[in-house]
Amino acid sequence: MKATVNISLKSGVLDSQGKAVHHALDSLNYKGINDVRVGKQIILDIDASSKKEAKKNIKKMCEDLLANTVIEDYTIEID
Amino acid sequence: MGKMNIAILQFPGTNCEYDTKYAFEKLGASVSIIWHQDKLLEQNIDLVVIPGGFSYGDYLRSGSIARFAPIMKAVSTYAHNGGKVLGICNGFQVLVESNLLPGALKRNENLHFISKHHYLKVENNDNSFLQKTNKNDILNIPIAHADGNYYVDDQGLKSLQDNNQILLSYCDKDGNALNPNGSVNSIAGICNKNKNIFGLMPHPERALEEILGSKDGIKMLEGFLKI
Repeated sequence: MKATVNISLKSGVLDSQGKAVHHALDSLNYKGINDVRVGKQIILDIDASSKKEAKKNIKKMCEDLLANTVIEDYTIEID
Repeated sequence: MGKMNIAILQFPGTNCEYDTKYAFEKLGASVSIIWHQDKLLEQNIDLVVIPGGFSYGDYLRSGSIARFAPIMKAVSTYAHNGGKVLGICNGFQVLVESNLLPGALKRNENLHFISKHHYLKVENNDNSFLQKTNKNDILNIPIAHADGNYYVDDQGLKSLQDNNQILLSYCDKDGNALNPNGSVNSIAGICNKNKNIFGLMPHPERALEEILGSKDGIKMLEGFLKI
């Protein structure tokens, strides 16, 4: 089963990379951009009997290692 | 009284273990370097140091993988039983990732790796680490990091302040706040509530000789030695 985990800094936590990209886009004359957040994506291929089980396992992985929940949020998508 | 025994951890990618060993030996301690795959610390250890470097290549997040090395279980037990632990730079990152210290270390606000001497102000000295310094002392210590931007939420910051857990903050030579990396309240180092676990981004082990820029690191590290 293929699963995608998206991780980004929490909304209250300043994202310096996002800010730098926003400035760069602005200087390239791309207008109307309100906010840019840079995150990371982790793609997993895992064995699981159901999507529900896969999601439960990956949630635990996120809490344990994949995300630092002090500063980051994560979402899990399963194909 | 015998020599103080210090264990310095070594992960793949650690690169400050020998500088740190040199520093503590110069101050009269007996030092052993402990490989990350070891499962136990020796019984007579007085201080565990997690040194600087790039453990596991800083993959995923700085310090996030070192946290799961076999030796860290022993360090965690040792710390929970009141044993003293010092994390320098990457060691500080490992300690926050291990939840042995509160908060997190983010990418520097300007996104650069910063490597230079920086002044630090002693915020609290009622702990074994900084007992040889005075409150508000200005120390000159090198910093060298990309992920040193200390983050803690408002509630966490208040708790650090209320319990005198903020050890050091970045400043200029006159003691005015000067923030190189975006850290909350210019924080450069903290300790836990029980004051036996210490973490800081600057490198005191690189400040031992006036001819190399500063020897202010000596009075910091000396705090740990039995006198």
